[in-house]
Amino acid sequence: MTDPLREMQRLQREMNRVFTGLEQPLSQEVPLVNAWVGEGDVVVTAELPGVDPAKVDISVVGNTLTISGTRDADPLKEGESYHRQERHYGRFSRSLQLPFHVEAGNVEARYERGVLRITLPRAEADKPRKIAVQVQ
Amino acid sequence: MDGKVEYQKKPAQSPVETERTRNRRVYVPKVDIVETGGAMVIYADIPGADEKAVEVTLEKNVLTITGKVADQEFPGRSLSYSEYDVGDYERAFTISDEVDRDRIDAVVKNGVLKLTLHRAPVAEAKRITVRME
Repeated sequence: MTDPLREMQRLQREMNRVFTGLEQPLSQEVPLVNAWVGEGDVVVTAELPGVDPAKVDISVVGNTLTISGTRDADPLKEGESYHRQERHYGRFSRSLQLPFHVEAGNVEARYERGVLRITLPRAEADKPRKIAVQVQ
Repeated sequence: MDGKVEYQKKPAQSPVETERTRNRRVYVPKVDIVETGGAMVIYADIPGADEKAVEVTLEKNVLTITGKVADQEFPGRSLSYSEYDVGDYERAFTISDEVDRDRIDAVVKNGVLKLTLHRAPVAEAKRITVRME
């Protein structure tokens, strides 16, 4: 016979665990990004090891950047087996709000050492303009 | 003396934990380990590190992977939004004697280190049987 008080406490712990878990975002958006903002452009970087650059899509609409693609797992050959599998595979998609509108035609993306680097120049129309104060 | 004396032997960390001399973030790379029959292949995600910055050492039966990653720097721009940190990579594995120590291949491509540990052909010969007297 289990102690009812102890069982209650266990349940409470379990409930706490479940509810604390809910505070975390349900689906973490991948890839994680860093954004470096300068006067004339913004550089966005993301760690995407082992991805075929041809399978990465980058699109810009207004001031929203979307990075999506697929990371394929190397299929196991006959007689091979996993001892451990910790790396993530599959589709990824990520949108990011940029601090300004960008020149979509001049966006540059490079993939080096498993790190994606996207340089997005600020749209000419969105650049801050100096306005001279006129004296009347 | 009221302090407790520890008579029990302490289990060792495997591999033995060491402290770092450089004050830098270090991450444990995620790995896949595949058994291919003739070899064991370790794939480690080390984005930001290239083949020049990766070191693989084998001492006794501890295989250590280290990858140095240069800090991200974009002159004239400041990091205004950050979801991940950049740091070095380090991870160690205890490997068995069946691995041929002279035939460990390491390749780095697109931020992934591929380590192939070939099986030693004559592992059997090294085994020593303990006899009763």
